[in-house]
Amino acid sequence: MTDKALVKFDRVCEILDKHGRNPHMLIKILQEIQEEYKYLPEEIMMYIATALDISPAFAYGVATFYSHFTLQPKGKNIIKVCDGTACHVKKSEEIINALESKLGLSKEKHTTDDTLFTLETVACLGACGIAPVVVLNDEVHGAMNKEKVISLIDKIKAEELANAQS
Amino acid sequence: MVSTSNMEIKTAVIDGMVTPLEGEKNLLELIRKANVELPTFCYHSDISVYGACRMCMVEVEGRGIVPACSTPIAPNMVVKTNTKQIRNMRKMILELMLASHDQSCTTCPKSDECKLQKLSRKMGITKVRFKQMNAKCAIDDSSPSIVRDPGKCVLCGDCVRVCKEIQSVGALDIANRGAHAKVTPFFGQALSKVECVNCGQCVKICPVGALMPKYNINEVWDAIHDSSKTVVVQIAPAVRVALGEYFGQRPGALSTGKITAALRMIGVDKVYDTCFSADLTIIEEASEFLDRFTKGEKLPQFTSCCPAWVKFAEQNYPELLNNLSSCRSPQQMFSSLAKDKLTKDLNISRENLVVVSVMPCTAKKYEAARPEFSVRGNRDTDIVLTTKELALMMKERGIEFDKIEPASFDMPFGFKTGAGVIFGASGGVGEAVLRYASAKLTPDAPVVDFKQVRGADGIKTTEVNLGPAKIRVAVVSGLANARKLVEKVKAGEEYYDIIEVMACCGGCVNGGGQPVPTHEPNAVQERAKGLYADDRTMLFRNSGENPYLQKLYADEMTHEKAHELFHTEYETKPRITRPDMLLFEGRNEVKKLNLKICFGACCVSRGAQELYQNVAAYLRERDVIEDTIFTASFGGATCQNGPVFEINGKKINACTFKKAKTAIDKIIK
Repeated sequence: MTDKALVKFDRVCEILDKHGRNPHMLIKILQEIQEEYKYLPEEIMMYIATALDISPAFAYGVATFYSHFTLQPKGKNIIKVCDGTACHVKKSEEIINALESKLGLSKEKHTTDDTLFTLETVACLGACGIAPVVVLNDEVHGAMNKEKVISLIDKIKAEELANAQS
Repeated sequence: MVSTSNMEIKTAVIDGMVTPLEGEKNLLELIRKANVELPTFCYHSDISVYGACRMCMVEVEGRGIVPACSTPIAPNMVVKTNTKQIRNMRKMILELMLASHDQSCTTCPKSDECKLQKLSRKMGITKVRFKQMNAKCAIDDSSPSIVRDPGKCVLCGDCVRVCKEIQSVGALDIANRGAHAKVTPFFGQALSKVECVNCGQCVKICPVGALMPKYNINEVWDAIHDSSKTVVVQIAPAVRVALGEYFGQRPGALSTGKITAALRMIGVDKVYDTCFSADLTIIEEASEFLDRFTKGEKLPQFTSCCPAWVKFAEQNYPELLNNLSSCRSPQQMFSSLAKDKLTKDLNISRENLVVVSVMPCTAKKYEAARPEFSVRGNRDTDIVLTTKELALMMKERGIEFDKIEPASFDMPFGFKTGAGVIFGASGGVGEAVLRYASAKLTPDAPVVDFKQVRGADGIKTTEVNLGPAKIRVAVVSGLANARKLVEKVKAGEEYYDIIEVMACCGGCVNGGGQPVPTHEPNAVQERAKGLYADDRTMLFRNSGENPYLQKLYADEMTHEKAHELFHTEYETKPRITRPDMLLFEGRNEVKKLNLKICFGACCVSRGAQELYQNVAAYLRERDVIEDTIFTASFGGATCQNGPVFEINGKKINACTFKKAKTAIDKIIK
């Protein structure tokens, strides 16, 4: 964990320096920070505002305006289920319900306690031809149903278990 | 098109009336010039145009419906402000606002001044067609000065812009969006934990009850009704030219005598004048200045009467804290003197003497609560009321302001010179110092009027020749103006000997605890004029001539005593109070190195990040990462000597990588 944490804050410094600590680059900086941390931690936001010499409340305003940014820690694996019109008609809700009960999540709770999974519902992904669509860690899976999505989760869980044991 | 001789005057047509264009900033200003009072929540001429509230929608021929505030004027525009569609739209917007507004109007402290209420009435809204949507929001009353009630917010963004643009503080901003949008400090923290300087300009501009001064009225009643307590009141200069506005008087009308009489009716034991201690402040502060000026050290001297400016300086300019006058403000000088002298004269304990101050200011509540202004847990200033709170007390007491006979202050703390009176206007403290200095440096021909430092400008500078001495004076009001000037001074671009700073534009007459002028655009200037007029009627106009103060210094005030009662020290403050951040923690159980770096704004601007990066690289090079715990704080006590780096509890100020490396080597070798 040590090296990783160290690398992480070093990356914050690098990202800030890469953009010349220019307050106009705030959004780009936040995006890159989020790539590192998977979310925007409060103390890092505080540090960014300080380094860019902008008011922390302003940085908070920007980070909360865009739905791309998240202030909550996210899981290692991110599942996006499309609930746009086409997917909704093709019963995406069943998929969402199945995932929620499988992972112990709800409409308010999006990330599992072991921080292995985060479930997000998104509006149209533009892949209506293969509805319903699930995106698992940036990999698109079309024509999904309850059973298929659960087997995807089981596969990841098995991999994680194997990784932990090795 | 109207044309006169060769010059063609450009015009626009507002509701059928031809109106000449005379450089108005936007369509809203032009429409108002044509005597149409368009409703608006978010338009204020001194802050940026935001276009959020949509109340000023008008129809422009060929362009449809546009918000007037953010529409530039073009010649020959044909504008309608009162079509059926626009009227319906305005009503609907108001209804939608009301549907998401906590309508506890009868108990809302803003009720009599609420713009939402006034506009709803004006637009003839008798019922709201939409479902009430406001979720109960937690009230933030953590601050000693300001109460934030988000359930009443209409999202006009006025507070955000005044805090950012006029004060350059930025404690509040709009977070989230759409239906979830809200005004909030950083990560929803309490106002008392963030960089808010308590100036109350947000309170003054808020159209509804979402931001209000914290009321301490009941504490005053409790003290009055408690027979074991002696209650004394001090009244700040700016209060006497504004309080009357709550009773229908014009801004600037002097009501000192009526306020004094009303306070006696309310039941306080003694009524004194903060102008008396303003004179005292001048004697201390001008002497301090003349001393520094002669020695040529710690210049420019900044004034320290304004508690919002003091907190702003403590948060932003640790390196300038030595330049701040060490004098306490008139409020605090009065209170420490009262708790020292009056307790002896009346033979009562500190606890049984209740000092109440009436101030035009919300930040004075914060100042009174600062721990250094207490003795053994008993505050010097027990309770601070704003101008508005005193007006409310007078109304509750059933005082008929028009009929009450004026009364005079109690002595000796009720006697003042004109110099103490003008403290309430921007430039007043500077002028009072100059009057005192003039009497000292050119005793044969003392000058009293220094009109060049008066007036409403945000930054006023001048050079005054007093005998052989040439004194360069700057007077600023509004913290964004202060920041501008301080940056120039720091960069060596401009030089001054003394700088007066007031956080509110125009000085205390425009404080966050003052009435909000509704119909008088020049109210602030009128109040200042009222003070200067009062100054001219005074028997003495230089603080040094105050006979009661001369007696005080001759009889009982030693240098040491004066220092103890009238002076203070400043400390750097973090902008946001929050726990330290863990940068990394090594896996080895025993940590040889416990490192801490300050990531406060000043340390970062002096290279704290580079220092961290170099140290981290060195730890890796020496392979001691696993033996190290590294944390960061956000602002500390010695930021004027930043960057601050701590190794195993030992602090290194102005730390360089070389210094850090030497210290690390000593431990790990």
